[in-house]
Amino acid sequence: MNHWVFLNTDLLFYLLLFLIGLYFSLVYRQEHLRRIWRTIFVKPIAWISCGVIILYLSIAILDSMHFTLKEEVRGLKPDPYRVYSVLDLILAPLPSVDEKTYAAPLALHSYQKEWQLNEQGEMQFSYVPLSYAPDLIAEARSEFSDLMHRLLWGGVCGLAFALTLMFMLETLLQIGHAIKRIFKKQPILIRPLFFWPRSSSKIVWFVLSLMLCFAVGAVLVLSKAYHVMGTDKIGQDVFLIAVKSIRTAILLGSLTSLMVLPLAILAAIPAGYWGGFVDDIVQFIYVTLSSIPGVLLIAASILAMQVYISVHPDLFPTSLARADARLLTLCAILGLTSWTNLCRILRAETLKLRETDFVLAAKAMGHRSLHIMARHILPNVSHLILITVVLDFSSLVMAEAVLTYIGVGVDPNMNSWGNMIAAARLELAREPVVWWPLMASFTLMFIFILSVNLFSDQVRKGFSPREEKV
Amino acid sequence: MLIYLLRKILYAIPVILAVNVLTFMLFFKLNSPDDMARMQLGQKYITTEALMGWKKAHGYDKPVFYNTQASSWHAFTDTLFFEKSVKLLIFDFGLSDSNRDIGQDLKTRMGPSLAVAIPSFILSIVLSIVIALFMVLYRNTGFEKFLIVSCIILMSISTLFYIIGGQFLVAKTWHWVPLSGYMPGWGQFKFIILPVVIAALSGLGANARWYRAIFLEEINKEYVQLAKAKGLSGFQIAFYHVLPNGALPILTGVVVLIPSLFMGSLLLESFFGIPGLGSYTIDAILQQDFAIVRVMVYLGTVLYLLGLILTDLTYSYVDPRVRLE
Repeated sequence: MNHWVFLNTDLLFYLLLFLIGLYFSLVYRQEHLRRIWRTIFVKPIAWISCGVIILYLSIAILDSMHFTLKEEVRGLKPDPYRVYSVLDLILAPLPSVDEKTYAAPLALHSYQKEWQLNEQGEMQFSYVPLSYAPDLIAEARSEFSDLMHRLLWGGVCGLAFALTLMFMLETLLQIGHAIKRIFKKQPILIRPLFFWPRSSSKIVWFVLSLMLCFAVGAVLVLSKAYHVMGTDKIGQDVFLIAVKSIRTAILLGSLTSLMVLPLAILAAIPAGYWGGFVDDIVQFIYVTLSSIPGVLLIAASILAMQVYISVHPDLFPTSLARADARLLTLCAILGLTSWTNLCRILRAETLKLRETDFVLAAKAMGHRSLHIMARHILPNVSHLILITVVLDFSSLVMAEAVLTYIGVGVDPNMNSWGNMIAAARLELAREPVVWWPLMASFTLMFIFILSVNLFSDQVRKGFSPREEKV
Repeated sequence: MLIYLLRKILYAIPVILAVNVLTFMLFFKLNSPDDMARMQLGQKYITTEALMGWKKAHGYDKPVFYNTQASSWHAFTDTLFFEKSVKLLIFDFGLSDSNRDIGQDLKTRMGPSLAVAIPSFILSIVLSIVIALFMVLYRNTGFEKFLIVSCIILMSISTLFYIIGGQFLVAKTWHWVPLSGYMPGWGQFKFIILPVVIAALSGLGANARWYRAIFLEEINKEYVQLAKAKGLSGFQIAFYHVLPNGALPILTGVVVLIPSLFMGSLLLESFFGIPGLGSYTIDAILQQDFAIVRVMVYLGTVLYLLGLILTDLTYSYVDPRVRLE
């Protein structure tokens, strides 16, 4: 029935997820890393922000599994030129719903009056009912009671899901604990419950996370009957677009990091370790790159890429392929402009590590330089890599919006917060004001960046505890 | 001192040359003048004559590196590379793709850019330092926690939202200031006040947190203990002792930005209709005027390198222990 489609960015994203998985399997095997992550996740603020990030990440993953449809599935219309994702399937039938133009959040009719034929066959200036709205007459209740009904039902579902998840995680923790004690030949005891809120601050966070689950469930259920955040100029559901923009943001941030890592590590560690000629070259390259104003370099490269795409239309047959290529270029260029920061940090640290006793000992034992760099220096700078990448992530997501607004970001047809904000500028100038697309992108972006910032703060504290002793 | 300065400038020269070659490659090798002409003239139905005419009118019809038709040294000077790239080195910017004198445009647009950039720069630094000092002063209290949380929240809002939200509330809804525009002289105050405040606000969170880390490092040093033992108040210690000492690392991050103020802010200027260099650049990007973008890339690089040298100089001036050799 359906035919899977793999975009270049999808494949790279899977690779990235695989690498993250690899990192955590490494963490699991190394006691000292495991201890650090445990101290990080003891704090409720860390696990809640991480929970939000995981929610966004799973949306991005679901939105990165693409396929085309040959027949109608759950209200999604088959279209040989349109690629759907698993997320579309979950939010179905929203992707195939088309209104004429703007509609306010949770509205039953269009935002502005239009001329239309009424039942008596005469022209009338009135609101047009939306094609995607609940049939309130059939259900015989007011809009308010219908909203409350769905809201509560969705919220309860969300809460039930959250509690089930917590119960399962707690059970897993207990089982793991029990197995560990069996291996140590100790009597089996129940460990203190992780998800049981004891301290008052933990209660606050506990309630907050339950509220979050309630909200997610409620919004999801509401979106099955209403345009939760209204519709945009061409009648698309704003909630759907804002949610699908998550993929763009996460892909941009993570693929850029994927570009930055090899560049920075392969340049910085040899430069710091060998010094001399290699160091001079690496320093020259990163001074040159960092002295070019980032936005302008990105603008120049994107303009060049645009020309390339328009001159070679045969390489990019569909608009999706074009948008995908542009996103990939943007990641590559952002990576090229932002690896210098990480490179500088790593080089300085390698210079310090070069003189430490364990590196000198390894040298005296006759290990090759490559072996020393890979086995002794890289593990000792890995915490810096992690901290820098996590810290830079939020600024990359914000940069996407700014660049797209300027016109050198992602493709104008791509779902992205930058494109929504760019459109919002005109929408705010309309009378009456169309505020919901801006509100939707603002809310989703703010929640995401806030949790990334909070999480990266905790990661930084966990990996460099010296700073916090002050 | 002078020798140090000279050596720094000598170091900067290869970087400038490299940037020059890099931008040249980006604009003339990655996409040829033919592509550019096609973009400017529109995609469909272009005759070869129209293409050649556009290239000739804008000086893109020359060979790239070596002109076989010209004699002696003209073989090198009468080329694209010399005309479009080498001339930048002596600040001869030439004409834009829409046939305007770029050098003249830069001169007239520099003033409005600075009028917004300098006040917002100063306001941002002063506000961030004051807030950071308060965070250090009231460390381990609820007030500090409140400030830290506010900083993280401020950091998590995109600049675009500050601008759009500020414009919508202050200018459109409350009518306190005009929505956008600019006028020279004292009348500009009402136009630049909103962009200045927004610029300061959008950088506040990150800067204040960074300065706080710097001040926290200072606060545990012995001279602070001594000052405390002398009976100075926390306020006096923070502003008279911690601030001057903590200012040193702050200078490194701040002075390097000063020359770049000339470039203006891309977003603010385009949103508020200020005819500065930032909006100039944005317009060039939107109209795909490669000549202007190339000049701005070059100018930005030179100003950044100038900032690096300036940082070293101020460092040696502020801290007598640092000697430039």
